[in-house]
Amino acid sequence: MRLQYPPSVRIIEVPCTGKVDVMHLLMAFEYGADGVIVVGCMEGECHYSVGNLYAKKRVNRVKEILDKVGVGGERLAMYNLSSGMGGRFAEIIREITEKVMELGPSPIRVATGKATRPIAEVTT
Amino acid sequence: MIKAVPKPLEEVLDLVKDFTKVLIAGCDGCVTVCEAGGLKEAKVLASALRLYFTQAGRQAQIDEISLTRQCEKEYLAQLSDKMDAYDAVVSLACGCGVQYMAEMYNNKIIYPGVDTCFLGVNEERGLYSERCQACGRCILAETGGICPIARCSKRMLNGPCGGSDAGRCEINKDIPCGWELIYERLKTLGQLDRFEKPVDPKDWTTSRDGGPRKIVREDLRI
Amino acid sequence: MSVTTPSKLQKMIASGNLAVTSEVGPPRSADGAVIEHKGNLIKDYVDAINVTDNQTSVCRVCSLACCIRLKLMGLEPVLQMVTRDRNRIALQSDILGAASFGINNMLCLTGDHQHFGDHPTCANVFDLDSIQLIQTVKMMRDEGRLLGGFEFAVRPQMFIGAAANPFAGPNVAMRVSRLAKKVAAGVQFIQTQCIYNLDKFKEFMKLMVDRGLHEKVAILAGITPLKNVGMAKYMQKRVPGLEVPDSVVRRIGGVPKEKQAEEGITLAVEQIQELKEVEGVRGFHIMAIEWEEKVPGIIDRAGLYPRPQLA
Repeated sequence: MRLQYPPSVRIIEVPCTGKVDVMHLLMAFEYGADGVIVVGCMEGECHYSVGNLYAKKRVNRVKEILDKVGVGGERLAMYNLSSGMGGRFAEIIREITEKVMELGPSPIRVATGKATRPIAEVTT
Repeated sequence: MIKAVPKPLEEVLDLVKDFTKVLIAGCDGCVTVCEAGGLKEAKVLASALRLYFTQAGRQAQIDEISLTRQCEKEYLAQLSDKMDAYDAVVSLACGCGVQYMAEMYNNKIIYPGVDTCFLGVNEERGLYSERCQACGRCILAETGGICPIARCSKRMLNGPCGGSDAGRCEINKDIPCGWELIYERLKTLGQLDRFEKPVDPKDWTTSRDGGPRKIVREDLRI
Repeated sequence: MSVTTPSKLQKMIASGNLAVTSEVGPPRSADGAVIEHKGNLIKDYVDAINVTDNQTSVCRVCSLACCIRLKLMGLEPVLQMVTRDRNRIALQSDILGAASFGINNMLCLTGDHQHFGDHPTCANVFDLDSIQLIQTVKMMRDEGRLLGGFEFAVRPQMFIGAAANPFAGPNVAMRVSRLAKKVAAGVQFIQTQCIYNLDKFKEFMKLMVDRGLHEKVAILAGITPLKNVGMAKYMQKRVPGLEVPDSVVRRIGGVPKEKQAEEGITLAVEQIQELKEVEGVRGFHIMAIEWEEKVPGIIDRAGLYPRPQLA
């Protein structure tokens, strides 16, 4: 299965979305990410039982913070997919890329004059 | 332990929006346990403020730190060589920590970053409830180990009132009737005789009513 | 029960006649004529008139001022006092003030939480609770002493009352137990919560009689006529610690809307007739909420009028 998705996306693998912390998401935006998605297992199918539910809560919290600080919560989203849904994954990446293109560069990159540079690596 | 909740982000933004150098100071004590003001919360708040200033096109220095306890001078002293670098500090400690920091750094603006709520327990993660009002004269021995001052909405010493309904308080069905809990526990302990003995008016001088309180322990002081 | 104060209510209870009290709610404005009017409506039908104290935590003319007004009209007021809004200094001060005008009856209450009222953001006091207020009045009357220890000569001659709610949680036995505590504190008469579940009330009274508590305190059964089925449902669902059986709701709802008020009054009259026979019931407290004009009719139909004239 050779699925195509836009190359502007950087994938960061974690053992479980339960590992994704509020700080990881905020730092991604501080470093200039235009958009971030968290992709976890289907709800009710977490290997660690509730990791993806924690992730959902954290994503919602960060969306709220992004709205309040003027970055915009719509730049962050969470999706739940199973391992057999590669096609849907590629589709989501295409959709989100399109959405972020529509939103334009993040206010952080615009304000720091880095809007033309590639997105930096997140290293928290 | 002391329980607190983070202040709404917009309230903190409003406090610090006119500064350019701000320190977010967490506390590793009580507020860390209830996830309101520890190092992690300090990092999140600092990051949020950085995003805010950056998107607004403002150069700002927002740093975070967390002290072992902000209610002790020794730990607050760790900030002494850092304070000059900042216009203001947002302390995520309880009200005690915020005030003690302000007392120690008299010329510095110190803002609270959490709302201090009560003395309570961790029922589970994210669920904290009040148990003690620090009245200064504990009566738990008489009330089956359940405090009517903290747990009855009318702090009655001779409850329950007529609003107790199916074990719930009249003001909110989510609040268990403190006096019904006391009655049941006294029954379990075989101490129901205590229930019918009127309790005299309380001496509130050791509570907030006696003015700001102080403990002087001569046995501990040099 | 011997007469120990100049209270006419106490005299009536001591005489062995069924006592009748009712209550008036003060207005939410400085209009003093309201209490005068309400007092005049019921004065010939009752032995004493309660004046509520900022009931349901809604700010109104103070009970003390209204009681003084009734007293000056030659009526017999019962000063209701809640501990929610005043500390022990203010409570004792008001008791002395009431007594200075010859007010001889008090009803000691803790009071509804301010959460229900028109000032939910206010601080509350609750320095004392109802039982401690009973203790306080008793000490002032019998020992001529304030809680702070000060001794004084002219003592307030108060007939001390309180409330009891047989229907609140957790069970009837505990409610009797709590009333026993009020008796131990010195209460002399009780006006109960509105009774709709007569069986439960009788169970309560039986436990009272079994313990001999009915000899130590006069129980006045609380009666509130229902205006319509909406009120019945509201009382059933929304008022904490009140029990309205479905049969009552069905009965009021079972007649056409324009006849529901009459049915409510008939029900109240029947309840009084039935409760007259219950051992330990020494009278009735009619609480017609903003419906004071119906009180005379209820008392008349229940065979409690004319009121006995005592020397």
